[in-house]
Amino acid sequence: MVAKFELTDDSVVVIIGTGAGGGVLANELAQRGVKVVALEAGGRYFPEDYINDEWESFGQLAWVDPRTTSGDWRVAKDFSGLPAWIVKAVGGTTIHWAGASIRFQDHEWKALSTYGPVQGASLLDWPIDAAEMAPWYELAETKLGVTRTGGREGLPGNNNYLVFEKGAKALGYKEVHTGRMAINSAEYDDRLACQQTGFCFQGCKWGAKWSAAYTDIPRGEATGNLEVRDRCHAARILHNDAGKVTGVEYFDPDGNLQFQAARVVCVAGNSFESPRILLNSASSMFPDGLANSSGQVGRNYMRHTTGSVYAVFDKPVRMWRGTTMAGIIQDEARHDPSRGFVGGYELETLSLGLPFMAAFLDPGAWGREFTTALDAYERMAGMWIVGEDMPQETNRVTLNHDVKDKFGLPVVNVHFSDHPNDIAMRNHAYRQGAAIYEAVGATRTFPTPPYPSTHNLGTNRMSENPRDGVVNRWGQTHDIPNLFVSDGSVFTTGAAENPTLTIVALAIRQADHIAGELSRGNL
Amino acid sequence: MSEVRERRGMTRRELLSRSVAAGAAFVVGSGWVAGSDAAWAMEVTHLKPETMATLIQMARDIYPHDHVPDQFYAIAVKGYDAADRAEMVEAGIAALNAAAQGRGFPSYLDTGWERDRVEILRGMENGSFFQTVRGGLVTGLYNQKEVWPLFGYEGESFSQGGYIDRGFNDINWL
Repeated sequence: MVAKFELTDDSVVVIIGTGAGGGVLANELAQRGVKVVALEAGGRYFPEDYINDEWESFGQLAWVDPRTTSGDWRVAKDFSGLPAWIVKAVGGTTIHWAGASIRFQDHEWKALSTYGPVQGASLLDWPIDAAEMAPWYELAETKLGVTRTGGREGLPGNNNYLVFEKGAKALGYKEVHTGRMAINSAEYDDRLACQQTGFCFQGCKWGAKWSAAYTDIPRGEATGNLEVRDRCHAARILHNDAGKVTGVEYFDPDGNLQFQAARVVCVAGNSFESPRILLNSASSMFPDGLANSSGQVGRNYMRHTTGSVYAVFDKPVRMWRGTTMAGIIQDEARHDPSRGFVGGYELETLSLGLPFMAAFLDPGAWGREFTTALDAYERMAGMWIVGEDMPQETNRVTLNHDVKDKFGLPVVNVHFSDHPNDIAMRNHAYRQGAAIYEAVGATRTFPTPPYPSTHNLGTNRMSENPRDGVVNRWGQTHDIPNLFVSDGSVFTTGAAENPTLTIVALAIRQADHIAGELSRGNL
Repeated sequence: MSEVRERRGMTRRELLSRSVAAGAAFVVGSGWVAGSDAAWAMEVTHLKPETMATLIQMARDIYPHDHVPDQFYAIAVKGYDAADRAEMVEAGIAALNAAAQGRGFPSYLDTGWERDRVEILRGMENGSFFQTVRGGLVTGLYNQKEVWPLFGYEGESFSQGGYIDRGFNDINWL
């Protein structure tokens, strides 16, 4: 039943990447009768393959191909070759993600109008809004089985959540619950309920967490309209003299260069690889790379204002038991400039196992200040900060021609420096996070720096005006009508929320648009 | 634990009869290092035994956990006993001993107080030898499954059906 298309078949839609954007788009197009070839650089893994051991799983799933970093962010110092903690596999980072599935707040679609101009920031309004996205969000929530939506129950709170909730309520926070999670609180859509196993970041071995790897991808394949080629690394998108794209050059699993013809190409390789492919596809007609007449490809890289707060208590917590991120405080997500910054942030429970805690609590630290913290590992609770960061033109992904990957292609350099608004927000969140834990008796708190980025956004941003961004309201590039971008790189601004639900909603909407345009003969 | 063996077959007296002390914690002999309590011993092929003993002490001083026995630190640095790393390690430990002697101590291992050894390490913490050893310990020490229970960490739970019936929400002091 699984389709197999000819390399010369120029009637297919080629999608590069199979994560929250590409994987969902592939299935949604296939369900609508559109023939799709999806190229995935990584291999195929299913729940029985996932490894509940942090470093071993990292070795199995993480994208560790070379990348370089610059800018004043601490990741560039502590993890200079690893700017992002994302997945290279069929299903992409939907294997690793925590499952937090929250909609943008209405005003966040209109950041420039709401916040006003912010010096040094390249803020812009999205060309779409909350009303337009509402039905697509509902479809996404139904697909993912998001708890606390559609009549689905919330997850039960684990030890880490119970500490977090008690502290939050002591501070007077009202919007505190176990989150809207794409993790089943009861069996749903042929997937089991959460067994409180932990290791959500290493791939859910129960399949209780939604991942494209074992939902959308196999379902798309079952239609007979989708062929997924794993271990195929997209290198370059080619075009004709009319300026339309004609297909994708890629390295097959044996390292041989192949060319798959295409009627439409959709790029969904995440905010590093998507601009990388567009820039690596420069030609005499498009000397600055494809879809880059605005000069915006690779710019406005956002990664959310993140950080963690861990705290030590005098009695055991055992935070690692149970769902990794089922806990949220939303009171600080509002836009309230009286706090000293625009935009807002969410606080979400988080735990790391001992091996990753040693690596990420305070990278580079040593001696008893550090080791006495780990000595208290069993008595530790933790939360993650995720807030809106400011887009800046100078925070950008560029080609580093001095460093090549195993195929000889230039790798990306990721340059990032915090905006003063980001720093003010993070410091506010560190104070609130510490106060939450101190309200329940923490004896010590740790304002832990950001990890390598999991939320990578904005490098092919959506704009009304072609001068301001790379794609239009449908994710279609302003410059090339049959070239689309279908991942988090289209984010005009980042909002305070974990981005996956929005990426999925945009992908369903884009599939509907592309299928319609194909049937109308417009593509 | 594969390379660092428990020495159940040798009494403390037998061990000490063939060895010389290296600091308070270790004894060394020809081609081996052991704990002074004879609880463990490790063969060394490419490094001088005194060098390995010093490296184990250095590892503990970088990430001191008083409830973690020496043998786990020994396991964490065992990989430095390799032909392609010996020169780098001998040079690094020689510099460490020189720094100790510069502060009036006979050697790093014979620097009695941790605070004095830490000061010596502070003086070289930006150097590549220190950073190599420290960076390697992050996984070399904390990713040993045998170490996890000493911190209360339980590792995977899938094989036991998760914590849904085993205490995911058993906190009782809030």
